[in-house]
Amino acid sequence: MIYEGKQKIWSEYQKEIPDDHYFYVRSCIRQSFFPASEATFLDITRNVLEKDIFETEHHTTCGGIAYHSDTIPQETVMTIIARQFALMAKHGYENYVCSCITSFGLYCETMETWREFPELEAKIRENLWKSCKLEFAKPKFLVHASDLIYKYRNQIAAQAVRKLVNVHTGEPLKVVEHIGCHYSKMFPSKGVGGAEYPYVLVGMIEAWGGEIVDYPERRHCCGFGFRQYFIKGNRGYSLSNTHKKFESMEPFKPDLIITNCPGCPYFLDRWQYVIAESTGKTYGQDGHGIPALTYEEVAGLVMGYDPWDLGLQTHQVGVEPLLDKMGVEYDPAKKFLGKNGKDLGSPVPCSCLK
Amino acid sequence: MVDFGFGLVPSSRINLDLFDKGKYEELAALEPDVRICMACGSCTAVCTAGKFEPTSLREAIEDIKNARADKALQMLEPCQLCGKCSMVCPRGINTRHLILSINKIYSEK
Repeated sequence: MIYEGKQKIWSEYQKEIPDDHYFYVRSCIRQSFFPASEATFLDITRNVLEKDIFETEHHTTCGGIAYHSDTIPQETVMTIIARQFALMAKHGYENYVCSCITSFGLYCETMETWREFPELEAKIRENLWKSCKLEFAKPKFLVHASDLIYKYRNQIAAQAVRKLVNVHTGEPLKVVEHIGCHYSKMFPSKGVGGAEYPYVLVGMIEAWGGEIVDYPERRHCCGFGFRQYFIKGNRGYSLSNTHKKFESMEPFKPDLIITNCPGCPYFLDRWQYVIAESTGKTYGQDGHGIPALTYEEVAGLVMGYDPWDLGLQTHQVGVEPLLDKMGVEYDPAKKFLGKNGKDLGSPVPCSCLK
Repeated sequence: MVDFGFGLVPSSRINLDLFDKGKYEELAALEPDVRICMACGSCTAVCTAGKFEPTSLREAIEDIKNARADKALQMLEPCQLCGKCSMVCPRGINTRHLILSINKIYSEK
């Protein structure tokens, strides 16, 4: 293929990501699962990259979990979203960045629905006025927080204190990247690289010195899937889904999994424990699991943040083998100490998973 | 080992490489109606045996197409050939004849 032609085709898979001035919306579940990720994102973007990222305590959940579990109708979720947009407009912002992939997919779905059915947008405008006395303006640009880190990946790499490299062998770490399904499978044009070549996490790994693992079930769902998990009777399907991914990636011996969705790191992490404790199977080296981290945690590691400040102790799969490979210094005694120095309590040891 | 109250479910992966096209063509030559089934499930809904045993013509046809002929034969085993299914089929398929032909063709090793 002619190089210019290839460049032209690839340009169609790109996404416009504004440089600065964002209204930031947190995820309702990420704050409980991996509490330091969002704080790290804000610290990196505000203090390291010196960007204007505004957040307000008045924003709420997007309603995505209830919507995807069929417990609230679409018009209700659209009104919740319209309220978030109203807060953005009220504070004078036009660029909207959200922490959650489910929210991102839902915002895309809502904007697309309003574009197709303007009468529905008018109705939601009316609903919002009746319920909250607010008026909303649609964001000029809608991006996911990982898009922003992707955009500044080289700047982060330039300021990094270490790379995704095994310091003992000098080899790049083998990294599995897992993109949340609602990032670009629903609306391919809204994600970097589209649905065919999602590049948002690959770009980060390449910039930070890691090596991508390409395995057969790379684009398979993590197993969250809302109703498959929330209803205990269906939970076996969620587990089997994750099991299928791990069986597929195992031969490639990955050192690390990096994700950009709230559910994916949680399920890729916790289900390793359940698989290990119920079947005895582990996927890492010597009875360890494969650490599943968020992109903010990985960014924090390469930038030299303390692993316990990044909240890596909240992962079920121990991260110590990864930290040793990367040459990260850590104090095991401080693993379960809070920011105030008080003991957080440590989990009961697992019988199979180290 | 810990019992979490849920566990891994058996794989439902379909290996279409195992699909026996020869036998399916043989069945379709004998019973062209197998191609016009739209899997509406009316046959299953009225099945007398189906109230007592797991049997479904709709599922059996799907199983054949998904390379699981063994499961299809097992599914049709409780059939008493009462013919209620043929009375409700919106496509007018001679279901009894189709069941007999499936049994005949796929039972041959």
